[in-house]
Amino acid sequence: MPHSYPALSAEQKKELSDIALQIVAPGKGILAADESVGSMAKRLSQIGVENTEENRRLYRQVLFSADDRVKKCIGGVIFFHETLYQKDDNGVPFVRTIQDKGIVVGIKVDKGVVPLAGTDGETTTQGLDGLSERCAQYKKDGADFAKWRCVLKISERTPSALAILENANVLARYASICQQNGIVPIVEPEILPDGDHDLKRCQYVTEKVLAAVYKALNDHHVYLEGTLLKPNMVTPGHACPIKYSPEEVAMATVTALRRTVPPAVPGVTFLSGGQSEEEASLNLNAINRCPLPRPWALTFSYGRALQASALNAWRGQRDNAEAATEEFIKRAEVNGLAAQGKYEGSGEDGGAAAQSLYIANHAY
Amino acid sequence: MAHQFPALTAEQKKELSEIAQRIVANGKGILAADESVGTMGNRLQRINVENTEENRRQFREILFSVDNSISQSIGGVILFHETLYQKDSQGKLFRNILKEKGIVVGIKLDQGTAPLAGTNKETTIQGLDGLSQRCAQYKKDGVDFGKWRAVLRIDKQCPSPLAIQENANALARYASICQQNGLVPIVEPEVIPDGDHDLEHCQYVTEKVLATVYKALNDHHVYLEGTLLKPNMVTAGHACTKKYTPQQVAMATVTALHRTVPAAVPGICFLSGGMSEEDATLNLNAINLCPLPKPWKLSFSYGRALQASALAAWGGKAANKKATQEAFVKRAMVNCQAAQGKYIPMGSSSAASTQSLFTANYTY
Repeated sequence: MPHSYPALSAEQKKELSDIALQIVAPGKGILAADESVGSMAKRLSQIGVENTEENRRLYRQVLFSADDRVKKCIGGVIFFHETLYQKDDNGVPFVRTIQDKGIVVGIKVDKGVVPLAGTDGETTTQGLDGLSERCAQYKKDGADFAKWRCVLKISERTPSALAILENANVLARYASICQQNGIVPIVEPEILPDGDHDLKRCQYVTEKVLAAVYKALNDHHVYLEGTLLKPNMVTPGHACPIKYSPEEVAMATVTALRRTVPPAVPGVTFLSGGQSEEEASLNLNAINRCPLPRPWALTFSYGRALQASALNAWRGQRDNAEAATEEFIKRAEVNGLAAQGKYEGSGEDGGAAAQSLYIANHAY
Repeated sequence: MAHQFPALTAEQKKELSEIAQRIVANGKGILAADESVGTMGNRLQRINVENTEENRRQFREILFSVDNSISQSIGGVILFHETLYQKDSQGKLFRNILKEKGIVVGIKLDQGTAPLAGTNKETTIQGLDGLSQRCAQYKKDGVDFGKWRAVLRIDKQCPSPLAIQENANALARYASICQQNGLVPIVEPEVIPDGDHDLEHCQYVTEKVLATVYKALNDHHVYLEGTLLKPNMVTAGHACTKKYTPQQVAMATVTALHRTVPAAVPGICFLSGGMSEEDATLNLNAINLCPLPKPWKLSFSYGRALQASALAAWGGKAANKKATQEAFVKRAMVNCQAAQGKYIPMGSSSAASTQSLFTANYTY
């Protein structure tokens, strides 16, 4: 084996590691506000609002004008490109408002999925071309972390070995390029919840995918201490007839992570997928109460699960802005508690009663 | 991906996981007494004792007949095939003596190295043929764990990708077969210290090797909670002119492990390689004091570093039995302390005096 050629200097590593730790400091998680123009179209049409640049700006303003209460529960915000250069009504750039709250600014850098020929509808993700130059510019413009989403799905024959390998590889290339530019890469290998598979199947697939991701990151000389992972929780498929408790979801999720995610990774920030706001909080809470040793922070990087109520309260009306912001702050605080296992649920008996529902992990 | 076909039932997993945890509980470690006939020849020659079966039996008898309190520091003993079927002078089987002391009995399973053609004198390991049947028989004969030593070396073009992949694959096959037969596999991918490379290079190689090992274990559906790892510590090559402190060895070692070894692995039991008894203990202690996340037990699986003084004290004479046993018990006890970060070397004021020498891990 040839001598190693260090990818990063000691100073570069320290900067990356400090940023990552800042984002997942105890009780903090990420607001994923990086919906593309197309995704925002869906969200806004659901509340009868036209998908214009101004409306998207007004909506993000609702979120970003949250007061200092969010400082203790939001460690990072992921922006879409357009939003990174938008300002509030007073002409203050959104980036500055967020940074002034001590929150780290992040940027979505992938360019969406493309098909993998010869597979059963599987995809990889594009966006590597010119990525280094884009990252350098984003870093100048205030971004300290990035996000790249890969997508896998469970069916009879998927995810295939090719899909797993290819997506793991592009994630590793993206991560390597980010780090070269002082940007912490959030690595997101999402396994969709579509399908009727059970919890065990999702756990099995998640373990295979994550093992491949971490092998690829190692092969590409990525500095794990300066990364974050954004995985799906281990859940049954949407169409699965069996219902599982948050404790079962938690045990399956933490077991899968313990078998694949090296302790050097400072934090795991779960995506919420199709979960409701409350479900996403309850599951995160159960994960943080799981009796298995967990060497990484386990927190949130939620889009819909932080914004659904806020969006609904806003409905495009300036008069509703304050009430909508309150809805967002409420979910942020609840998830901040859940990230510490301190959420008592909306009125139900959380604590000790739930603890006993954990099934020993050798059953997983 | 095809549906998963579970390799182990919940009961099998529980049994394996309990054995593994028992071996490394409370600072306990492993006595590697599995020297082959040839290797014992080397040891005995140095104390001018003839390498006969009886002499080998006598030495092992002295070690195994120490006071029962040995089970507070020794959780497992690895035996060579011959020794598994030997008895003490009263006709009692060694393996029963050990079990009655509450020590788990293990067996060396590999059958030595074989060359890899087309490489710079690299090797793989043999022993897979009929391994399942051998494991089943050993299990009946009272054995609960196995050991298999793969060897990699650092040199020009070494370890090559082929050597790393092939040894990782053989380790994973061995581990899978062990678990099918109720044996906990100790996975030993030793990167030998021969050479003049520095600490950083050993760390780089160790990380590459371990990442490949854990990918292979995942590919082969090995249940990590029912395994143990036996790696080299990260050290400079024997011929390296630069000297490093135990704290530097510890930081490099734990950094490498926490980038590659999943938290699900219950214990890491270091080999001592060519280290002196005292260095092996000092390094293990520093490792346990290292301020990085360490979700696995960090203990010992020492051969020479537990037996060198005992062998010297014995000299082949029955009259030296007491001195031999004292020497062995002493090393067992200090290593158990070291496995808890509680070893205070003779002449030093306190544990605190060693703590401050850690360099921040971002330089690794």
